[in-house]
Amino acid sequence: MKRIEAIIRKTKFDEVKEALLNSDINWFEYHDVHGIGQSREERIYRGVQYSTDVIERVAITIVCRNQFVDSTIKAIISTAQTGEVGDGRIFVSEMVDTWSIRTGEHGDDVLRDKK
Amino acid sequence: MNDISLSLDTVWMLLAAMLVFWMQPGFALCEAGFTRSKNTANILFKNFVDFILGSLLFWLAGFGIMHGSNGEGFMGMPNWGDLTFYSGDLPVEGFLMFHTVFCATAATIVSGAMAERTKFSMYVIYSAIISLFIYPIEGHWTWGGGWLCNGADGSFMMETFGATFHDFAGSAIVHSVGGVLALVGAIFLGARRGKYAADGSSRAIPGHSLTLAALGVFILWLGWFGFNPGSQLAASGEVNRTAISHVLLTTNLAAAAGGLGTMIVTWIKYRKPSLSLTLNGVLAGLVGITAGCDLVSPVGAVIIGLVCGIVLVFSIEFIDHRLHIDDPVGASSVHGVCGILGTLMTGLLAVDGGLFYGDGWGFFGAQAFGVLIIDLWAAVCGVILFGAIKKLHGLRVDSRIEEEGLDVYEHGESCYN
Repeated sequence: MKRIEAIIRKTKFDEVKEALLNSDINWFEYHDVHGIGQSREERIYRGVQYSTDVIERVAITIVCRNQFVDSTIKAIISTAQTGEVGDGRIFVSEMVDTWSIRTGEHGDDVLRDKK
Repeated sequence: MNDISLSLDTVWMLLAAMLVFWMQPGFALCEAGFTRSKNTANILFKNFVDFILGSLLFWLAGFGIMHGSNGEGFMGMPNWGDLTFYSGDLPVEGFLMFHTVFCATAATIVSGAMAERTKFSMYVIYSAIISLFIYPIEGHWTWGGGWLCNGADGSFMMETFGATFHDFAGSAIVHSVGGVLALVGAIFLGARRGKYAADGSSRAIPGHSLTLAALGVFILWLGWFGFNPGSQLAASGEVNRTAISHVLLTTNLAAAAGGLGTMIVTWIKYRKPSLSLTLNGVLAGLVGITAGCDLVSPVGAVIIGLVCGIVLVFSIEFIDHRLHIDDPVGASSVHGVCGILGTLMTGLLAVDGGLFYGDGWGFFGAQAFGVLIIDLWAAVCGVILFGAIKKLHGLRVDSRIEEEGLDVYEHGESCYN
């Protein structure tokens, strides 16, 4: 059981979402995040030039069984990639346990496909 | 026939007054858009209190001070709501309404320059003083038939310049007065927290909605179609119907040329056309053409608009980067600098009497003298008023209130929930 966190471009969210639903993921969470990085954009407001260091991205969190980790990562990379700086990162970490609140079951089986 | 003519003139004047009233929401949206969302209720409220107090006080005393005493002396008598002194052909109550909305326009210009840091209570006092004294008194010298516009033989202006001061709809009388007061107010207030870095460089504080600002400018543009053509105060007969058509055309051409001038300058200067400045550029053209919209040709109007739109960019940069005066919406450049510029250019480009048309320096001198006197008056009044408020009570909110936003602390309600 692994937790996969991906920081992706906002503009790529719809494509990534479709790819995840078409692979073996039943549920994931996402939220808008603000990050600070090396990439800057020049802006001008009323004659004053300034650069924005705040970068808006979407963070996606997925918990899945070990055998689906590779296909999930492949789905994200194949859809969120543009080749330019700023495409984002994927982090994978170990997940200790999972509980289903409805049934009281826990462990790997909770994540199995219920379709 | 004469009766119908007068009715037509009255309807045109009242319609124009309604259009000029519609400039109030234009100012409100423009200023709200150029400032941050934590101060939106405050800036909207300031625009309301301008019109609330202006309407009551101009009726009560301002109108008498401006139009009373047949233009003689320093100021007219207040008359305290008694309008019977007025002897013109147009119905006096309609004429009062027409001048009320002009007074409110002068008053409301200042709120944007003083945005995001002024105590609301102190703004109320300022707003009352401009509607009661500052605007009506200089209005008395001009539209009230006073000494700057007195063309009788042997009068001061005719003796000195051979011409009277001409400000058709108020580049100087309305806009430059508002702009100069805005500048003085912003100087006495000081810059917003975080506007200037320790090394003196200017920082951008982006407004919260260019959508609102753009809508505000479009509304102002429409309102100006009452402001300038309405100032003919008549529509009947060949002379008047030609005049209001001409003024509508020159007004629109100058607005468009102003926007074009700013667009081109910002495109070259910043490598990208700047919307936030081009919105100001349209207003710069409108302010500039207001003095001479009846006297200049359509080509003259385009020249005035272009010059104002181009100068505007450099004026905003100079006031911000060099003088370090923080004017969040650019009111001092749009209304002050371009108001003065438009009044002066009327002396150059007036088809009849202008310097560029070979009619000598007389009319230009009258324009320069008139706008100097009017803005000197505004500056002196501004220094006394804002200086006294600052000394007696303080003009500015505490830094904590400024950080958190004036909406919650000054009004107890926020605009976006």
